[in-house]
Formats: sequence, C-alpha cells, structure tokens
Amino acid sequence: MGRVEGKVAFVTGAARGQGRSHAVRLAEEGADIIAVDICDQIDTVPFPMASPADLEQTVKEVEALDRRIVAVQADVRDYDALKSAVDAGVAELGRLDIVSANAGIAGGNRPSWEQSEQEWHNTIDVNLTGVWHTVKAAVPHLLAGERGGSIVLTSSAAGLKGMQNISDYVSAKHGVVGLMRTLALELAPHSIRVNSVHPTVVNTPMIQNSWTAGLFRPDLEDPTIEDAHEVFRSLNVLPILWVEPVDISNAVLFLASDEARYITGVTLPVDAGFGIK
Amino acid sequence: MGRVEGKVAFITGAARGQGRSHAVRLAEEGADIIAVDICAQLDTVPYPMATPEDLAQTVKEVEALDRRIVALPADVRDAAALREAVERGVAELGRLDIVCANAGICTIQAWDEVTPAAWQDTLDTNLTGVWNSMVVAIPHLIAAGGGSIIATSSTAGIKGLPFLAPYVAAKHGVVGIARSLANELAKHHIRVNTVHPTGVDTPMGSGLGGLETLLGRDPNLGPIFMNTLPVETVDPRDISNAVLFLASDEARYVTGLEFTVDAGNTIR
Repeated sequence: MGRVEGKVAFVTGAARGQGRSHAVRLAEEGADIIAVDICDQIDTVPFPMASPADLEQTVKEVEALDRRIVAVQADVRDYDALKSAVDAGVAELGRLDIVSANAGIAGGNRPSWEQSEQEWHNTIDVNLTGVWHTVKAAVPHLLAGERGGSIVLTSSAAGLKGMQNISDYVSAKHGVVGLMRTLALELAPHSIRVNSVHPTVVNTPMIQNSWTAGLFRPDLEDPTIEDAHEVFRSLNVLPILWVEPVDISNAVLFLASDEARYITGVTLPVDAGFGIK
Repeated sequence: MGRVEGKVAFITGAARGQGRSHAVRLAEEGADIIAVDICAQLDTVPYPMATPEDLAQTVKEVEALDRRIVALPADVRDAAALREAVERGVAELGRLDIVCANAGICTIQAWDEVTPAAWQDTLDTNLTGVWNSMVVAIPHLIAAGGGSIIATSSTAGIKGLPFLAPYVAAKHGVVGIARSLANELAKHHIRVNTVHPTGVDTPMGSGLGGLETLLGRDPNLGPIFMNTLPVETVDPRDISNAVLFLASDEARYVTGLEFTVDAGNTIR
C-alpha cells in the first residue's frame, strides 16, 4: 500500500525538475496526478524553460507507474486556465487531496534598485501570484471532498533569508511563507494542512545553466556552473554541493501523506543547513 | 525494504508513551533498537512514571516485529549509565545511526509553587539528559560515517506556556543544543533536528492534573494551549512518523529544523 494510495495530487511546474520529480514520487506511492506547466518561454527568464516534450515525458513516467495523469499546458499567471485544468483533472480523476504549488522562475542578477520593472513583475506574478492562483483554483475541490487535504507550497531557502541580486525571487519566496501561514489558519477547521518547503540549490535545469553560474560567480567574466561549485558548497552546512529533486519530493511526500496529518504551518527546510548558518 | 532498514536507533524514555511508539515504528521500518528508560519514580513527578514491566513490553513489541532490541534501565541524568547502555547496545547490534533523545518529565504549577527540587529534576532530565544522550552517542555516529539525531522538544520549546516554567525552560534549551550541534556535526554528515509535539495522548499527558484549575484563575491564558486543527491531542504515532522521516535517508539533507507536530498550536 503506497503512502498516498488513492489520493489525487495537483502539481504545477510539472514538466521537469522538481515538479516532475514530485509527480513521479507521489505516483510511486499510489497517487494520480493533475500536472500543469507553462511549457513556454518567459522573455525575462535567462535560461530555457520547459517544453511540451518535457511535460509529455512526465506523463510517460507517471503512466509507467500505472497511475493516471491529466496533463495540461497552463500558465500559473492565468487563473482561468489554471482553474480549467484543475476542474478537468478532478472531473476525470474523481477527487483532489494534495496540492504542490511548485512552478517558479528566476531571473535578474542585479541589485534590487537596478532590476527592471518587467523582471520584478514576472517573478512576482509567477512565484507568488501563481501560487495564490494555484491555491484559489484547488481549495474549492479540497473543501468539496470533505476529507481534508494537504497543500505544500514551494518556497526556498531564500524564502527565509535574504540573497543578493535576486530580490524579486527572494521577495516572492518570502511572500509564499506569508500566504502559507495565513492559509494554514484559514483552512485548519477543514483539516486542510498547509506547509512550505525550502530547498537549497537543487540539481535541476533552473540551476544547470550559465545564468546561475553568473549569479553565484559575479567575479568571473564567463563562469561555468563548475566555477560556482565552491559557492554552492559554502551555502550549505552539510558537506554537499546541492540536493537532488527527489530530496524535495520526499519532504513533499511526507507532508502530503497521512503520516503528517497533524503537521501544519511548518516551514520545512531541505537545505543542508543553509538556514542555520 | 523498510525506510530505516539495517539501521540501529538509540531511544531514551523507551518504556512507554512516545518512546515506545518510536521504538516500534522504527522497528516496523527495519531498525534494531537500543532502549533505555529510568523505570523508576522521581518524587517531584506527580504522575506514575514507567516501570520495568513497561520496558519489557517495549521489548516484546519490537521482538514481535522480528527486530533485535537491547533494553536497559538507565537514568538520562547519569551519563555513565547511559554510556554503558549505548556501548552494550552497539557491541551487540554492531552500529549506531539514529538517536531519539525523548526521555522527559513534566510538572504543572504556578511560578511560586516551583520547588527547587522540581526545577532541578526537570532541567536535569529534560535538558541535561538530552545532552548526555547525545554526547554518549555521537562518537558512534561519527564512526558510522553519519547519522540522525532527533531531540524531543515541545510546543513549550517554541512559546512560553504558563504554569510550566521549568519544562518550558528545558524544552527551549533543547533547541539551543540542537541548533549548535547541527552546525558542529554537519561535517560528519550528522543531522540534528528537534520535534515539537502539542499535547500527546500518553500516560504523562493524561497523568498531569491541575492545569484547568490554574487556567480558571486566569481564563485569558487558556487559548495558548489550543490547537488550530480541530483536535485536542495527537497520538504518539504521529510524533513517531515525524521521527521516522527525520531518521530516514529521505531527510538526508534536512538539518537544524524545529519540526512542529502540533496541529498548528504554535501558528495561532
């Protein structure tokens, strides 16, 4: 018997990286999946975003586990599109129990006062307003199920601490914590739990690119990601370079499962000690 | 394959309540157990403490799962006795990976009714006892190449519950130990986290009287003890599930966390 057997999970940003990993890990433990991803480029994002082929790969991996998946191309900035996707998923899969608000972008790499209006708005729109849209579209289904539920918001180690040159990202990820704490209070009477996860650097396409290398090595002209390794190590207390997507998925799985039935309002770091330095 | 298959866990206060539940839950997922408990009464403690029969019951339950257990009566205030227990356990079971510093006592009284003996017993057991449990275990974790330490704090380790001053002081102190050691031991791949239960349905929880009367004198304080989720208490197994997660490799990069299993008690 899987740890989330018979449940249905809605995962945003599910085409690749952490989102795909969450979909697969939850499916391994018995959940069916409603997956959305923008599958498109946002022009202030300085690295390639997911493609329709990536989302197709997530579908393949979930189906290989004999679980069902409804995958829809949708932008978390577009509430109506998100709501249609969730409604369609619930119509097909019969219920909703778990929400993983994971979709996120990064960009910028300059001091706060030099960031462009467009960079700021895009990051806040996706990483904060997108999380609110996700919850707004999903909560009515959790309430209608009358079985409670578990909402896991993906913040960041940068949702609890400042980081230079990505104030849009840091601000949005801190905002996610405020949203989580408020939702935890609002939804507790319905036995719906709301928690956030706070990863350190995760080994995903969002990290494995030259923009990220430049963010962590502003001292070099054309740094490679290998040039950033020593900085990544210095962020963590545990002697590791970065964590893998499955490490975040294991935390999401625990919070999503009934093992955590009385855990709500927690900011759960999967950060190798980033937050305690 | 169990989630902590092949690992060995050292658990204090293992004769009953949360400690027994941790032993059984970890054994269900494949761990062998080193269990200690004082199995005796402290005269400052107002409810009956665990007995040798209780510890024998924990042994029975772990062995029924086909796991091995080394169980010894030992007082966490006595570092030498704890060291001997851990060393016997490691000699027999071959290694040590997980530490649950769970043993604790509690008294309820207004500040001016706290006796020096109650203050001292609570600090000695709930704070120094946690320290002792870690100190005797850490060399074995280093030898194993890493491990997971879980100290049992409380919602009283996060906020100042009234009429529990010695308990609150000790449980806050536990967080200090954990935060410090999380930084200090990370280089050995040893993770240190705390769990913070709200009221748990155990012999300690149900044996504690007097709170209602004290709150009756100052009803304004009552809501401090209320949870956000619509439950009054949680079960020992709910804490054990959090302990299991932190103990397992699923949490291999989680350290320095104050993990509330408190039905939202501390977020109100």
